[in-house]
Amino acid sequence: MKAAVTLAAVLCGAPAFAGWEPAKPVEIVVAAGAGGASDQMARMMQAAIQKNNLMKQPIVVSLKGGASGAEALMYMKSSEGDPNKVLIAYSLIYMLPLSAKIPFNWRELTPVSVIALDQFVLWDNSAGPKSVKEFVAAAKAASAPFKMGGTGSKREDHVLTIFLEQKTGAKFSYLPYKSGGEAATQLVGNHTESNVNNPSENLEVWRAGQVRPLCVFDKERISYTSKVTDTQSWADIPTCKEEGIDVQYLMLRAMFLPGKVTPEQQAFYVELFHKVTQTAEYKDYMEKQALKPIFITGKDMVQFLEEDDATNKALMTEAGFVAK
Amino acid sequence: MEAFGLLLHGFAVLLTWKTLLLMMVGLVLGIFVGVLPGLGGPNGVAILLPLTFTMDPTSAIVMLSCIYWGALFGGAITSILFNIPGEAWSVATTFDGYPMAQQGRAAEALTAAFTSSFIGSLVAVLLITFLAPMISSFALKFGPPEFFAVYLLTFCSFVGLGREAKHKTVISMSLGLLLAGIGMDTVSGNLRMTFGSAELLRGINFLVAVIGLFGISEILLTMEERLALRGHAASISLRVVLSVWKDLPKYWVTLLRSSFIGCWLGITPGGAIAASFMGYNLAKRFSKDPESFGKGRIEGVFAPETAAHASGTAALLPMLALGIPGSGTAAILLGGLMVWGLNPGPLLFVEHKDFVWGLIASMYLGNVVGLVLVLTTVPIFASILRVPFAAVAPMIVVSCAIGAYAIQNAMFDIWLMLGFGVVGYVFKKIGIPLAPFTLALVLGNRAEDAFRLSMIGSGGNLKVFWSNGLVGSITTLAIVLLFWPVIDALLSRVGLSQGPRPAPR
Repeated sequence: MKAAVTLAAVLCGAPAFAGWEPAKPVEIVVAAGAGGASDQMARMMQAAIQKNNLMKQPIVVSLKGGASGAEALMYMKSSEGDPNKVLIAYSLIYMLPLSAKIPFNWRELTPVSVIALDQFVLWDNSAGPKSVKEFVAAAKAASAPFKMGGTGSKREDHVLTIFLEQKTGAKFSYLPYKSGGEAATQLVGNHTESNVNNPSENLEVWRAGQVRPLCVFDKERISYTSKVTDTQSWADIPTCKEEGIDVQYLMLRAMFLPGKVTPEQQAFYVELFHKVTQTAEYKDYMEKQALKPIFITGKDMVQFLEEDDATNKALMTEAGFVAK
Repeated sequence: MEAFGLLLHGFAVLLTWKTLLLMMVGLVLGIFVGVLPGLGGPNGVAILLPLTFTMDPTSAIVMLSCIYWGALFGGAITSILFNIPGEAWSVATTFDGYPMAQQGRAAEALTAAFTSSFIGSLVAVLLITFLAPMISSFALKFGPPEFFAVYLLTFCSFVGLGREAKHKTVISMSLGLLLAGIGMDTVSGNLRMTFGSAELLRGINFLVAVIGLFGISEILLTMEERLALRGHAASISLRVVLSVWKDLPKYWVTLLRSSFIGCWLGITPGGAIAASFMGYNLAKRFSKDPESFGKGRIEGVFAPETAAHASGTAALLPMLALGIPGSGTAAILLGGLMVWGLNPGPLLFVEHKDFVWGLIASMYLGNVVGLVLVLTTVPIFASILRVPFAAVAPMIVVSCAIGAYAIQNAMFDIWLMLGFGVVGYVFKKIGIPLAPFTLALVLGNRAEDAFRLSMIGSGGNLKVFWSNGLVGSITTLAIVLLFWPVIDALLSRVGLSQGPRPAPR
């Protein structure tokens, strides 16, 4: 397998690519609604591939966010052997089968590559508490339910909320919205007190001064130091651990093909997405949306996925979200 | 008047032969995809989106927004000619549009639909031009209780203002709500009523149901009755257009009312679908002759189309200012914007002035050019009805099947569509109205989510629906509309009611 990848890498330098190539338009399958982080990323890749002529066939984005993303997973599962569909996956591939008993296992798909890791940030309304300490105090003192907005139920946002409760002793009412965009707007409109959106989902409202980042759920601060707002950069946001809440979570963004495709087909996509990560569009996007650039493929990827799966399973079990 | 200056600048950018040509191309493509049932709207725009990637942003915007207008105009065509609504908001257009086509007045109905679309969009674009900043802050006032109140208002207006027997409306609505519950429940994260079937995971797609309920069932009925769709000698000439326009001032109240409802519901994120139904129901209620609605009254085309397009256009505002798309098609446009690195949000209006005003200017131009273009096609489309039923029916069935399949690339949906065709046929036979069913199917989930989120947020206290002026007045209005027949009867008994009213039922 690894040999095939290297071989493909060598061959790809020349314009006449000897291996397999798609003969039909390729579909990027998004397991979320329009405007969410997955959709934005898929559009970026679509533009990067077309503008840099990385592939002869056109590439289209198809949104399959029905049933909280389960639609996309079942679609991939039923497309066995079809090398013209590629899923942009995130933690739902571990969580949905656990919480909703969806008959799906990511091991049935063909892994291509992990292309980024996404952060989670604790946000509140810019009129709300100014630091994590004040925020926790306000949550504890609140007489009415203290509302935390998020995307979906029994998923990463919900898990983070449960862990925030465990570490701080505060009580939140978790409101599951349909998308990160909606959770952002609801926070701006003061219908919720906080959310744990990905950077990309709250970026625009942060720049408009409507929300405030309190801390990032990672071991280290985000590395990007150029100013996003007038006064702050991503690197200025403290980690939650610094602020006394030891909760960490990073989410994968990875590409998968349906099961039972040939090694040549897999190699084509490994190479394609490797090229995507070299484009200016990708690099620009990583920085703007504060994602961690990364490229893991082959055996390393399978190992990464197994470990990540185990972590997510442990978190879901501890949060009590695994369906009996 | 800063807005006005910026708008003029936008026009200056757009008025070149190249952009006008792109505009025409976009409109023709849009109308084409709009005419294919099921394919229309979101899917059509999605297919055509990559065409614009190689263009410069301005040309791309013009092209895309014209595809959007074209698809909106096109949706009315199938509603009127074949009783197959292409988008959720075309459903109400079929109520009177299709009977008109049956009576050989297809050209008149099409003209009415296109003209009122134009008026509705124009009012909404004017609103966007001059009130954009104010409106986006209004949209932010909508939390779960407010959303629920709006949905409640729509449901209640249907029961209270509908012409059909109340119990039949309620039966139909309840069935729709039941089916809307199939699939993943967002609030609990659990599956409901899927019975272990992977096909049911997605839930029942609204468009699949509508294509079956309206399109297929109509074919079944026609086969049985052997009358409709058979070469109507419709008067097909551009003179029809002028005669419809001459009558237009008579309906100014309806047009104004529908534009207002459309704009109001359109800027409420996600409320656009309800607009056409409400526009239709209110026009019927305030009409001097409500009995003639549903039998081919031109006002019944004006009312929903104006409201639908006012809301469809106004829905672009929350999309630009808040990043929340009001409709499926708007969602695809949103994706298009992000390709050019334009992230919708509060700063879009500040940082990308050129883009925003270029888009708004292209809304004006696209709308005007679109109207001229579609009006010239009226004779062509109306003449489709001259083709014998035996030739046209198989084509309709095939294009319905393709449409149903294309929505989610699922073979199961074609069977579902056929199933709904039979359901629609039975409903029509036993006189159960289809509209409340479709309304409940499309809004049921959102209403339920909004209600449960309100309850989580308030700790289970129903008073949250009267917790501020906005939500309180919408909820109260909803309840008044629900009991309107009773209230109306009481009012006329005390002699307070003015003008001729239908006898209380």
